[in-house]
Amino acid sequence: MTSVTITPSTPEGPPDAPRRIRLRRLPSDILFRGIAAAGGTVVLAVMLLVGLFLGVRAVPAVRAVGFGFLTTQDWVPAQLNFGVAGVLVGTVLIALVAISIAVPLATGAALYISEYAPARLQPVLVNLVDLMAAVPSVVYGIWGFFLLQPEILVRGELGDGLPRFLTTYLGWIPLFRVDGYDPRDPAASATALTSSTFVAGIIVSMMVTPIIASVMREVFSQAPLGEREGAFALGATKWGMIRSVVLPFGRGGMIGGTMLGLGRALGETIGVFLIISMVFVVQPHILQTGGGSIAALIALRYSDDAGIALAALMAAGLVLFAMTLIVNFGAGIIISRSRSGASSEV
Amino acid sequence: METPEVRRTISNTRRSDVYAVLGAGASSIALTTVLFTQLAPFDAILGFVVVSYVLFLGIYMLLVSLDEAPPIVRDRLAAAVVHSLAFLMLVGLVVVVGYTFFRGRQALVHLNFYYEDMGLAGPLQPLSVGGVKHAIVGTLEQIAISLIITMPLGILGAVFLSEVPGPFSRFVRIIVEAMTALPSIVAGLFIFAMVILGLGMDKSGLAAGMALSVMMLPIIIRAADVVIRLVPGTLREAALALGASQWRTIWHVVLPTARSGITTAVILGTARGIGETSPVLLTAGFAQTLNANPLSGAQTSLPLYTFQMVRTGEPGLIARAFGAAAVLMVLVLLLFVLARIIGGRAPGQLSRGQRSRRVRASRRDAIRFAARDRARRPDALDTDKVGS
Repeated sequence: MTSVTITPSTPEGPPDAPRRIRLRRLPSDILFRGIAAAGGTVVLAVMLLVGLFLGVRAVPAVRAVGFGFLTTQDWVPAQLNFGVAGVLVGTVLIALVAISIAVPLATGAALYISEYAPARLQPVLVNLVDLMAAVPSVVYGIWGFFLLQPEILVRGELGDGLPRFLTTYLGWIPLFRVDGYDPRDPAASATALTSSTFVAGIIVSMMVTPIIASVMREVFSQAPLGEREGAFALGATKWGMIRSVVLPFGRGGMIGGTMLGLGRALGETIGVFLIISMVFVVQPHILQTGGGSIAALIALRYSDDAGIALAALMAAGLVLFAMTLIVNFGAGIIISRSRSGASSEV
Repeated sequence: METPEVRRTISNTRRSDVYAVLGAGASSIALTTVLFTQLAPFDAILGFVVVSYVLFLGIYMLLVSLDEAPPIVRDRLAAAVVHSLAFLMLVGLVVVVGYTFFRGRQALVHLNFYYEDMGLAGPLQPLSVGGVKHAIVGTLEQIAISLIITMPLGILGAVFLSEVPGPFSRFVRIIVEAMTALPSIVAGLFIFAMVILGLGMDKSGLAAGMALSVMMLPIIIRAADVVIRLVPGTLREAALALGASQWRTIWHVVLPTARSGITTAVILGTARGIGETSPVLLTAGFAQTLNANPLSGAQTSLPLYTFQMVRTGEPGLIARAFGAAAVLMVLVLLLFVLARIIGGRAPGQLSRGQRSRRVRASRRDAIRFAARDRARRPDALDTDKVGS
């Protein structure tokens, strides 16, 4: 028997090396990518232009008053005495009132749609929430101006309603105090309670609730089935399951959605403009008449187009823009970092 | 084979639960009525509702705790609170929409409201004179202008973001996502400063359309980008493997697959844009008469008309404002229904018409192939059964 041993031999020539993979695109593809990139560039240019243009236009105002722009509580551009301190605080207060009403409402609605509603009703409710988000802000504004304020919140000569109740019984909290108004004085005029930060905040809350609710519903409905059923199998009630599975899972989405709503609330114009009577000083009493917001300030004063006045408005717009940008970026980061956020669309 | 997971139904409503809810409701209303009419000098409706709701929760908890364990009491309480919050939101929506139509009814019943403008109607004219034709025309023209700008640019931008990955498109995506937060008044201020003051253009429908575009563009791009990314990668790979070039893949596979979603994105962006007041306030001016030319002269839109009429404080004009708001709501509702009819389907899911068109096309192909085969092999047995 002869055994033949075949030794593997390397073929002649240079040793193997990874091939160079060259991607040769067709001319049509290069053209397509060029067009797409051009479209992307145009979009980018428009977006950057907004920020740049506002910035450049705002320079004269900032140069005129310097850092005082952020601390002055007045708005008389003709005398070079203007600043956003008052309206900035007003903007934040309105947004906070709106958020503190909207978040419980939105959480309840989102939980109902994703956990409690019958399966057949769910898509209808989702559509209704979307529809509520699409209702024009001027509609919410006139609703607040003609129904909410005079008929529900501050009724009649005495101003019966929630603001009066709050200031009567909780007036010792500085936030709810109303200067120059004694609720026990029968001759006190109700106008001290109208056009306040509180009323404007309620209207804005109506606008942001659907936005928050739709983000929350999205993340709640993604809570993993296995964990839900695990909770049930361990004997949890429905609420126990929600508390131990759905809410922890959706926490990132809840915070992110709230911040998205906050961003919208900060920039809301018309609803606030219709209700509030502008003051430029810091007004920490949310129930008292008078308040302010940067967006409403722009809508009120855009027509005095004398150089410095407009530059001041641009600077105010820039401050508003920066604020919403920060809030929105924060929301995006929180949502994408959270467990539920990886695939959710916001 | 794994069957897909479906959520189990776990309804366990018992009769006693229903009785507990009804009983708690009845007794809370009765108690509150006694409290309000006999004991305390309260009279506000809001107070009545709040007090009876709190009482309801208390009594309901008491009733349930009579024969259930504490965790179940908490469960019932949470269910009651969640249901009532959702109901409150529904009430809010119904009241806002219903109130608009209710207050607008005086203006809406006059037919001239739809085909006259405010040229002849002063503040004290009855509602049988004048209308919102100019505002309807203005709204439609401005939204058309902004759609002409945003639709191609938005879809192109979304395709760029999702199909041409790279550091540049990542940067564009970050900027676009940041811009969805752009307050609409800032968009208006930008166009006001750049186009009207900077380029010296008049306030016009075109400027308003541009302001709306700046606001709508990021919204549309972001929504369309999400939909395009949902197109299954296997479809793309199949097209590329068949030798299609990239743009053919996108044109013939990706975009048709995502069509309903993109349409929805555009329509929902339109619904947002059509109701915006603040950018239009700064850029469109305000006209009382019909100005069908968006290129020059002030032009009114429905939200702007509503806003300006409300500001006058004149009762007759306020009725008109509510009428205009109702017309605006109808437009938004129409857009919304349209979005739901066209869109709302997952990518690749076809409507009935599309499906039957595809079936017909593939049947035609089968007949064509069979005919070609027969022509090539005239002696083969004709066993093809197609088109049945």
